[in-house]
Amino acid sequence: MKSNRKPKLAVWKFASCDGCQLSLLDCEDELLAVAGAVDIANFPEASREVAKGPYDISLVEGSITTPHDAERIHQVRRSSKLLITIGACATAGGIQALRNFKDVKEFTSIVYASPEYIETLKKSTPIAEHVHVDYELRGCPINKLQLVEVLNAFLNGRKPNVTPQSVCAECKMRGTVCVMAAHGTPCLGPVTHAGCGAICPAYNRGCYGCFGPKETPNTESLSSWLTLLGMKDDDILRAFRSFNASAEPFRKESEAHER
Amino acid sequence: MSKTTSVNLRGNSIKVDFLARVEGEGGLHIKMKGKNVSDVKLVIFEPPRFFEAFLRGRKYTEAPDITARICGICPIAYQMSAIHAMENALGVKIDGMLRSLRRLLYCGEWIESHVLHVYMLHAPDFLGYQDVIRLAKDYPDVVQRALQLKKIGNEIVTLLGGREIHPINARVGGFYKVPSKRDLQPLAERLKWAQEAAIETVRLVAKFTFPEFERDYEFVALRHPDEYPFNEGRLVSNKGLDIPVSEYDNHFIEEHVPYSNALHSVLRQRGAYHVGPLARYSLNFDRLSPLAKESAKEAELGPTCNNPFKSIIVRSVETVYACEEALRIIELYEPPDRPSVAVEPHAGTGYACTEAPRGILYHRYHIDDKGIILDAKIVPPTSQNQKTIEQDLREFVSKRMNLPHDQLTWQCEQAVRNYDPCISCATHFLKLTVEKD
Repeated sequence: MKSNRKPKLAVWKFASCDGCQLSLLDCEDELLAVAGAVDIANFPEASREVAKGPYDISLVEGSITTPHDAERIHQVRRSSKLLITIGACATAGGIQALRNFKDVKEFTSIVYASPEYIETLKKSTPIAEHVHVDYELRGCPINKLQLVEVLNAFLNGRKPNVTPQSVCAECKMRGTVCVMAAHGTPCLGPVTHAGCGAICPAYNRGCYGCFGPKETPNTESLSSWLTLLGMKDDDILRAFRSFNASAEPFRKESEAHER
Repeated sequence: MSKTTSVNLRGNSIKVDFLARVEGEGGLHIKMKGKNVSDVKLVIFEPPRFFEAFLRGRKYTEAPDITARICGICPIAYQMSAIHAMENALGVKIDGMLRSLRRLLYCGEWIESHVLHVYMLHAPDFLGYQDVIRLAKDYPDVVQRALQLKKIGNEIVTLLGGREIHPINARVGGFYKVPSKRDLQPLAERLKWAQEAAIETVRLVAKFTFPEFERDYEFVALRHPDEYPFNEGRLVSNKGLDIPVSEYDNHFIEEHVPYSNALHSVLRQRGAYHVGPLARYSLNFDRLSPLAKESAKEAELGPTCNNPFKSIIVRSVETVYACEEALRIIELYEPPDRPSVAVEPHAGTGYACTEAPRGILYHRYHIDDKGIILDAKIVPPTSQNQKTIEQDLREFVSKRMNLPHDQLTWQCEQAVRNYDPCISCATHFLKLTVEKD
C-alpha cells in the first residue's frame, strides 16, 4: 500500500446492532485524520457515495444468519485485499448465536405465527467460518481506539498492538482492586480477552465477558470458583452464554453446566 | 448520485436498493402509475435477530445488557426501558439523585445521537453533499464543532456508563457505581461550551431550505407533569390519547405487511402515528427550558411543528435542552447514599416506555417468582414510524412527479432520513418472510 493512491476502505454490515461501525464515527478526534488517510469507498451508514471495489481494507461487522448473507460474504471477500472482522457478532456469532443452542424450528414457532416463512439459517456463525479473515478485533462493542490502532497498523504494514491477555491484566494496570477477591463478586475477567480496559470491575461490577475468551482460558477452574461464590449451574451457564456464546471455550463451558 | 439507485427503464419507479446514512439496512421502492403513486414500500432486509425469543429464560437483571445490543446507536434507551419495565414489575421506585443520574445519562445519549444525525446523516442532504467527510472539506469549522459537541454527549455516557456504546453501569435498582460531585465538574465546564454550540447548531440548520410539506399527524409521546420527557410520563397524543404506559397493548397493535416483513405498529381504529422529536416537541413545548424555547423562537419554530423536514431543527433544539438539563442536574448533584436500592424478584408483569432519541421505546416483560423472563415484547420507535414514513413518501412524491429522477430520488431518501430511522432496531423482531405469488 505504498503508492500515491489512498487505500480504499469499505465497511460492511451483516447481522448486528451497528455499534461497531458506529465506533468509527465515534472517533471524534481521529475521524477526519482517518478520512484523510484512506478513501472511504463504501460506508453506507455514513455516505451515499459508493465506489466500486476492489477495496484495500474491508471492515466487516455482524454475523452470518441468512442464506443470502452466506453468499454475500463471499462477494465481500473477493473484492477485498484485507478483510478485518470487528466485534463479537463477526468474530463469534454475537448474541444472536443464542439460537445455536435451540432447535431453531421450535424456537421460531414459539414466537412467530408463520414459521414456514422465516428465511433464516439454523445458526448464527462468525465470518471466519465462511471465508478467510485476515484479522479479528474482539469486543461487544469493539474498543474504538483499538480500531484506530488496527487500521493504523495495516495501513503502515505492521502488526497491530492488541494484546491477547486477560481482563485481569487490565485491572492490574488500571489499579483496580480485584472485585472477586475483595468483594466476592463473580467475574469472568480471568478468562476474558482484554481490550475494554477492564471497565466493569472499575465500576464495582464483575466482568461479563463481552470481549469473549482470551487465549487458552481455564474456564473450568473459574467455574469452580464461581460455584464457591454461590453461583448455581444455571447462573454459570448464563454467564458463559451471552454475547460470545458460540466462541468455543465459552460454548463448551456453558454446555458443561447444562442439566 | 448514489450508485445503489436504479432507474426503471420506463422511468415509472424509484428504487433505492440501499438506503444510505441510516442505521441498519433497508431500501425504498416507489411505484407509479401514470401521474399517481401506486405503491410505496420501505423495505427492510436487515436480518432478524430474535431478541424476544432468547430473552425467555434469562434473568430479569440481564435484560438491560442484552436488549442494549439491539441497537448500538441508542443502547441507553434500551437499558432504560428494560430497567423501568423490570422495576415496574417488581414495585421498585427510584427517586432523588439516582433518578437525576438516569436523566443525565439520557441527556448524553440524546446529545450524541441527535448531533450524529443532524450533522453527519441529515445535514449533507440539505447542503448537497454525499457525506460529512466531503462536507468537512468545505465547512471544516462546522464539522469540527459537530464532532466536539457529539463528543460531549459521549463523554457523559462514558463517565456514567463506562463506555459510549453498550455502557455497563446501569442496573435494575440504580447503578453499580455513582460518580462523586468532583467527577462531574469537568463535564460542567465542557457543557457550557456545548450549550452555546447547540444554540449555534439551531441557528445553522434554521437557515436550510425546507420543502413545503406538512401533514396532520397524530403525534404520540410521553408527557410528564413537570419535565420534558425522558424516562417517565403518560402516553399522550394530539388527538385525545392519554393513557398510562401499562395500557399500551390495548391501544396499539402491530400489523403484518407482507413485503417488508417487519411489523408496522398502528393505533387501534386510527392507523399510523408519529413518534420522535417532532411529536415530543409538539406535545411538550411548554416543558422545554427557557433557553431551548428561546432558541426555537429564534429559528421561527412555533410551539408545534408538522413539517418532518424541520425535524433537524427540532433535534437541534432538543440538543440545547439536553445540554441545559445536564448542566442543571450536575449543579444540583449530591452523591446518593448508595448506588442502587435492593431489588428482590417476584412474579409479575412490568411495562415501560422511555423516549429514545427517535421516539417512544416500549418494553413489556412477564417474569416468574425467581425473576426469570417468561415473555418479552419490545416495540422500537422506527417500527412505529414505518407506516407514517410510507404515507409521507406517497404524498411527497405525488406532488413532485415533474422533478428530475435523480433529484426526486435524493429527496425521497431525505424524507426517510427525516425520521432518523434505526433499522437495526426495527428488525430485532422482524418476521423475515418470502413474498410468494
